Amino acid sequence: MSESIKLHYVVPGDDFTRAGAASGDVKRTLKQLGISPNAIRNVAIAMYEGEINMVIHAGGGEIDVEITEDKINMVLADQGPGIADVSLAMKEGYSTAPDNIRSLGFGAGMGLPNMKKYSDSFEIETELGVGTTLKLSVNIE
Amino acid sequence: MKVKELSEKLNLKVLVEGDSERDAEGCYCGDLLSWVMSRIKENDVWLTVMGNINSIAVCVLSDCACVVLTENAPLDEDARLKAEAMSIPVFQSEKSAYDLAIEISKLL
Repeated sequence: MSESIKLHYVVPGDDFTRAGAASGDVKRTLKQLGISPNAIRNVAIAMYEGEINMVIHAGGGEIDVEITEDKINMVLADQGPGIADVSLAMKEGYSTAPDNIRSLGFGAGMGLPNMKKYSDSFEIETELGVGTTLKLSVNIE
Repeated sequence: MKVKELSEKLNLKVLVEGDSERDAEGCYCGDLLSWVMSRIKENDVWLTVMGNINSIAVCVLSDCACVVLTENAPLDEDARLKAEAMSIPVFQSEKSAYDLAIEISKLL
């Protein structure tokens, strides 16, 4: 692969039925490119968590994916409320999701921790009232 | 063992046939989707009460073998349509996750 492949997705807010569309599409693309199943799984999980977070907390957002020769870069940006305490949000089990979200099987406080766990690099920029941008990458073995 | 054969031995009700010719190699029980997604293994049979569209997405993304809704938990209509579109086998049973897991461990 000499040039990188770039993909762009818009994640609609408050629509759980479409969450997973972007990560599913990326998964299919990576499969077609013959990327290792382990790297695909890592990308799929990290991106799905990101999509769900955007729907629950931020009223949607946008995701850019870049597939290069040795890694898959993802930038997930939203204009939501921002995260007040990043270190708390990174703790497994800590969640601010409302009860109706929990009844859907989310809100376990695993979103950001899973995204970090399944990526090889993870950066978070957030500002209250402005939004949150996550930059992740997964290495291709 | 193939999903189809396993589902017949467990007397599961077929809600979506999907790709029942795929292999089932293990089993995972859980209802918190993020928790499940990070721990379930490829080709696991997933026992859960969560029959919404997000469960189907978790199954697709984690490459699990099939979804079994325990204790007759319902499958939402949009989840059924998504499972059909993605060829995900979905079953239902009156038994609990505990009872089914015991039976599955004897079969796999």
